[in-house]
Amino acid sequence: MVFSTKLIKNTITALFAVFPLLCTANVSDETQSGHPETEAHAAENAHSETHEPADKKSQIKAFINHHLQDSHDFIFFSDEETGKHYGFSLPVILIDNGVKFFSASEFEHGEKIVEAGGEHYALYHDKIYKTDAQGTLTFDEHHHPTNAMPLDMSITKNVMAMLITALIMFLLFTGLAKSYKKGPIPTGMGRILEPLVLFIRDEVAIPNIGKDKYRKFMGYLLTVFFFILILNLFGLTPLGINVTGNIAITACLALITYFITQFSANKDYWKHIFWMPDVPVLMKIALIPIEILGTLTKPFALMIRLYANISAGHIVVMSLIGLIFVFKNWIAGPSFFGLTLFISIIEILVAFLQAFVFTMLSSLFIGMAVQEHHHEEDHDAHTEEEPIII
Amino acid sequence: MEIPGIIGAGLVVIGAGLGLGKIGGSAMDAIARQPEAAGKIQTAMIIIAALLEGVAFAALFAA
Repeated sequence: MVFSTKLIKNTITALFAVFPLLCTANVSDETQSGHPETEAHAAENAHSETHEPADKKSQIKAFINHHLQDSHDFIFFSDEETGKHYGFSLPVILIDNGVKFFSASEFEHGEKIVEAGGEHYALYHDKIYKTDAQGTLTFDEHHHPTNAMPLDMSITKNVMAMLITALIMFLLFTGLAKSYKKGPIPTGMGRILEPLVLFIRDEVAIPNIGKDKYRKFMGYLLTVFFFILILNLFGLTPLGINVTGNIAITACLALITYFITQFSANKDYWKHIFWMPDVPVLMKIALIPIEILGTLTKPFALMIRLYANISAGHIVVMSLIGLIFVFKNWIAGPSFFGLTLFISIIEILVAFLQAFVFTMLSSLFIGMAVQEHHHEEDHDAHTEEEPIII
Repeated sequence: MEIPGIIGAGLVVIGAGLGLGKIGGSAMDAIARQPEAAGKIQTAMIIIAALLEGVAFAALFAA
């Protein structure tokens, strides 16, 4: 697997070429319909027939909300006037009295009811509900549908992004591994990856987990680092993928860290949770619930941190782009473009930082669970010393 | 009277800002005093900042 520098160069150039297209303000834009941002509102409008956004502000709000959610269609942009969407549909897999498999294009962006295996399904706000032949949805007072939902195992936009990331990681790292067979110096993309891998090993895993135990966890730490990093960087491209800003995905990642921590913990760790040494008995009992809660808050914080950081970044970037369309004048256009560019560069930093922080804290938690506690020996030493002092 | 969540969010941001400022300021002081330990100080700073951020975001969601 060789990634020629020309290919990378071309990709980067292409990304930079597309970037202004998405960001530059069409300051006096009222008639032109060549813009991804404005047009994508049409997609949102088509989805929500019930409460159609009236003005530009709520349109932008709806568009941002739509972007933050997962979707069954991969839409790059859509035409506001004709209501056409440019993109492709992804397969829908439902588990509901057997597996049902059809293309999301059959929903026609929420406008049609799909019949599969004697059941009718409707798409409403990117969620699939069971319905009847007329497609009636009942709503509660908060305007949420009360219809039953089938178990949705579809290849959605996020799932596709994760599969692509998995493929990219597989190709990159098998390439890196192969290049070591030729010689000690990696070639191609491996030159970028090797320092990152060494960084995770030398700066993250070894100081936090310990020299003799880190090897077992390197696989997980490297995987989670590059997985989050690549998905974060994907989120910054104009593809409109928001995977690490999805709380379900960060929850899964945090749960994996949690289970690894708990299952690799040694007896000292459990002892410190259920029977804290060297404190009064009453305190020991009081500390048990606190310590148990402490094990749960760690993955919870991991989950919230990644989700909130990435979502906040996406919201800020898209709101700034949206402001151009709210103000529509020659001053706001270029200045918000500049601001968007600035924030986007900050977001690249955040993408690396959050991947690093997730890995760092995971290794820290694992390290807490597996480390040998030496202080008990210290206490013994103290008790030996104390009589001498007295 | 119900206090709107947005006020809570504002308070959280003030607190988080103060906290991050303190961390950053102290780290700068430490690096200025011991420039050779900059790497270690930065790592510690990022960990603390991340932990603070986690709390701040949790509070923001509650607000």
